[in-house]
Amino acid sequence: MYETNYHRASSIQEAVQMMGAAAEGKYVSGGMTLIPTMRLRLAAPSDLVDLRHITELKGIAVDGRSVRIGAAATHEEVATSAELGAVCPAVCDLAGHIGDPAVRHMGTIGGSIANNDPAADYPAAMLAVDAVIVTDRREIKAGDFFTDLFETALEEGEIITAVRFDAPAKAAYQKFANPASRYAMTGVFVARRNDGEVRVAVTGAGSNGVFRHQGLEAALSANWSPDAVANVAVDASDLLTDLHASAAYRANLVKVMTKRAVAAA
Amino acid sequence: MGVDGIGARVARKEDRRFLTGKGRYTDDMSVPGMKYAVFVRSPHAHATITGIDATAARAMPGVIDVLDGKQLLADGIGNLICGWMIHSKDGSPMKMGAWRPLADKTVRYVGDAVAIVVADSVAEARDAAEAVVVDYDLLPAVTDPLQTLADGEPQLHPEAPNNLIFDWELGDAAAVDRALAAAAHVTELKIYNNRLAPNPMEPRATLGIYDAGDDHYTCYTTSQNPHLARLVMSAFYNVAPENKLRVIAPDVGGGFGSKIYIYPEEIVCLWASKRTGVPVKWTCDRTEAFLTDAHGRDHVSTVKMAFDAGHRITALKVDTIANLGAYMSLFSSCVPTYLYATLLSGQYDIPAIHANVRTIYTNTVPVDAYRGAGRPEATYLLERTMETAARELGMSPAELRRTNFIRSFPHQTPVIMNYDAGDYEASLNAAMTAADWNGFAARKAEAEGRGMKRGIGMSCYIEACGLAPSAAVGSLGAGVGLWESAEVKVNMAGTIEVMTGSHSHGQGHETTFAQLVADRLGLPIDSINIVHGDTDKVQMGMGTYGSRSGAVGMSALAKALDKVEAKAKKIAAHLMEADESDVVIEDGALKVAGTDKSVPWFQMALAAYTAHNLPPGLEPGLKESAFYDPANFTFPAGCYICEVEIDPETGRTQIVQFVAADDFGNIINPMIVEGQVHGGLAQGIGQALLEGVRYDDSGQLLTASYLDYAMPRADDVPSFTVSTSNTPCPNNPLGVKGCGEAGAIGSPPALINAITDAIGNNQLTMPATPEKVWAAAQPAH
Ligand SMILES: Cc1cc2nc3c(=O)[nH]c(=O)nc-3n(C[C@H](O)[C@H](O)[C@H](O)COP(=O)(O)OP(=O)(O)OC[C@H]3O[C@@H](n4cnc5c(N)ncnc54)[C@H](O)[C@@H]3O)c2cc1C
Repeated sequence: MYETNYHRASSIQEAVQMMGAAAEGKYVSGGMTLIPTMRLRLAAPSDLVDLRHITELKGIAVDGRSVRIGAAATHEEVATSAELGAVCPAVCDLAGHIGDPAVRHMGTIGGSIANNDPAADYPAAMLAVDAVIVTDRREIKAGDFFTDLFETALEEGEIITAVRFDAPAKAAYQKFANPASRYAMTGVFVARRNDGEVRVAVTGAGSNGVFRHQGLEAALSANWSPDAVANVAVDASDLLTDLHASAAYRANLVKVMTKRAVAAA
Repeated sequence: MGVDGIGARVARKEDRRFLTGKGRYTDDMSVPGMKYAVFVRSPHAHATITGIDATAARAMPGVIDVLDGKQLLADGIGNLICGWMIHSKDGSPMKMGAWRPLADKTVRYVGDAVAIVVADSVAEARDAAEAVVVDYDLLPAVTDPLQTLADGEPQLHPEAPNNLIFDWELGDAAAVDRALAAAAHVTELKIYNNRLAPNPMEPRATLGIYDAGDDHYTCYTTSQNPHLARLVMSAFYNVAPENKLRVIAPDVGGGFGSKIYIYPEEIVCLWASKRTGVPVKWTCDRTEAFLTDAHGRDHVSTVKMAFDAGHRITALKVDTIANLGAYMSLFSSCVPTYLYATLLSGQYDIPAIHANVRTIYTNTVPVDAYRGAGRPEATYLLERTMETAARELGMSPAELRRTNFIRSFPHQTPVIMNYDAGDYEASLNAAMTAADWNGFAARKAEAEGRGMKRGIGMSCYIEACGLAPSAAVGSLGAGVGLWESAEVKVNMAGTIEVMTGSHSHGQGHETTFAQLVADRLGLPIDSINIVHGDTDKVQMGMGTYGSRSGAVGMSALAKALDKVEAKAKKIAAHLMEADESDVVIEDGALKVAGTDKSVPWFQMALAAYTAHNLPPGLEPGLKESAFYDPANFTFPAGCYICEVEIDPETGRTQIVQFVAADDFGNIINPMIVEGQVHGGLAQGIGQALLEGVRYDDSGQLLTASYLDYAMPRADDVPSFTVSTSNTPCPNNPLGVKGCGEAGAIGSPPALINAITDAIGNNQLTMPATPEKVWAAAQPAH
């Protein structure tokens, strides 16, 4: 790791000031992605501004079916939140399958979506539940937020403060884990609103990161049943081939995980 | 047997310090004035070094010096060597290319060391290492073992045309060809044995200390065999003569073979300590470990097995290409030859065997012994072939094996080995009963109802352990003898220190060796200390690998104990005015059999050292040593059965049961044996399902972290069912055979046989990833 300066912010305003004063600063939340990257000398921020101790970023609030998760909520807090579990257990289940216990106690939802790893789990949930990403400056719809591999709509110095969404009527996440990293080789989050609209968001499989699958959404909107998946074509040409799996295999997993998610929802 | 004696489940003495964070590993060592080293490594798989400019790096904060391969050469430090001579079938010696500890002209794999930076801190050394400018002229690289022998491929070493190291054979080719021609059935198969990264929990580390006052070196290092390291560093690398070099391998966190060898880093740190005048410590990080630890396996073979009409094997023909990487590591030549082809008879009575092995260079890190070393490759090949043959012949896999088992001992195979004892059917029966083999059909049907494909597979392995009779291995090309040595020092008040050359790096020697002493002398285990891992403390040793510590190291201890007991009896007999032949040792005392006369052990020890009242002519003191050279290899064997369920939609394999029935000879500590089997099985499952080193065509290592290299986790392995049915080894005083590698040797074929059974397709390579299994399980078009 290269040398860096650590700052602990106690308010959003202070964090923004600290970042403004830094030569090449970076926010750090759980550090579960950023610190290993720095250790490998692939990132060399001059300053780290720690967001975890800012009260406004903490906590999970559920009001009726409307949900607000603070950006600094850890995966463990999300996984074990009784309030959230009562309205949207699928998101709790997703958080409970990220990494290992140590990672879940440190890593945060804000850090995960800001990082937008193409194999991360949360981005699929955000797209499928049509979440709004709240920042210190504005609100961004999930559909506009995840722009490319490790790229988001966040601007220089912008802080995610929370995510908001209305709990869908039915939802489930199915993840086929990469045997090495246990990130998603393919993960599918399905969500069905009360009005019958279905969203199917896929992570781990796309060449450009998380995406929604129109064909599966149409089929499931017409017929909310695992069987509806069988006749949908999943085009492998948009999918990723890497060391671990081919696009053709991932295309198969998209269908299988979708089918199982619908069955589990 | 006492409570702490042979056969008791004694809790491991060493675990107190390991489990409370009190272990002392090489990286824990700190000496005054110590500095830190970082190596500059080649980012290219094959290139010529045209210049190294360290001016900027030397000027950076905290930097003591930057040293390179030219300086190392000028100081007369020798090449790394392979210590086992193999001759090709045309009589020519193996083609050993020069391996410089710091490359001075050519780099041949990504990670090849080029320079060392010594600085006040690791961070400063790393910063400076990035500032060392190395100019390379890139050369084309070759990484595919099947491609490397072709004309026109990149050449790694001028000594080895077409990258061929040797073309070796064992067995009677003509007899095999005759049997193949006359066979009622021939099973043919192509076998890949995937390349593995060893991944011990503790990465390699070394601390080199040069003392100018005494012109003496001390080397702390993560070694499985400190005396061997000292010998090789002094005799071949000219670091220092043995009397000027102390090697200490303190607590070592796993080795699996990868810490047998002498690597560039310990040599270079010792040399750098002299050049810089400061102690130099280097600790490998995980990425560096993937890049530079010797890998394991990496064979490609074709097999032909001939059967007569009665389904008896009449011949086996094997042709293997073994990838040794960019240089020949210390034991790399014996692994795919005498540790591999000699085991190709397995548990079967095969009249004729012929193996041809070509070893080759590629632009990849060197390959050497890894848990099992050659024997897993032989077992996988043979047991996949047996299973395939059974399917082709329409026979149950158990029946085909029973038909061909060796049933009388000693048994001379056509590939050198002479098996001394075994009962293969006993292990087979035990495993089949434990696995409820006969109930499988019902379980399969039930699984089908859930949409799952269930399969069962077996593997009957044999291995050769207790390496090894010195004269025999010498005649086969070994550069060293493979005896072991032990010294028993009875302290003045009777407690005991045992100095053993068997290094312990996870095996539990501090417990099992103490159990032997406790058993023989009837002393409490806490009064016995096992000392190992330091050439200044331990008289001599050859170290730990090839499951040799029990069979060879403990046998040496048993011999030394014979001498101690004989002298103790003389002293006690004199004290009790009895005949020494009437003295027995029991419960910590020396007694005259059939009387109530008795001298406590501690009193006898004190008498040995006060020397006030010793038998006339007897030397004072009580300290005896012994060397033990084994009369033969030992032959652990067993039967493993694996049952799996495959999710046909995803190709995911779940191991629903794994049964191991082993014959390890006599057992010193069943708990430790079970632990060794569990660990070995997990490693074998890792090889079969998850692990596989991958280089791209340019020689970049693609699997250089745990994000991409899949190690088995707790939920990848089932709860194992293990048992032993033992035939004592007739060739050593303890009747032990060795258990350290069996799990890793026997398990991969059982697992692959089970998966191929489940999916009804025999074409599957390791690691059997979900995608491969899914693809193989698709209905044929
Ligand atoms: C062993 C291991 C296994 C893992 N397995 C999984 C897995 O299975 N699935 C999965 O999805 N993830 C996995 N992860 C990643 C983990 O979930 C991380 O916690 C997450 O990706 C990043 O969150 P963090 O809070 O640690 O962010 P950090 O590492 O602190 O930061 C990541 C990036 O986000 C930025 N950032 C952080 N917080 C904010 C904010 N509030 N506003 C704006 N930018 C911000 C940082 O500047 C940085 O660029 C794993 C990680 C590890 C180490």
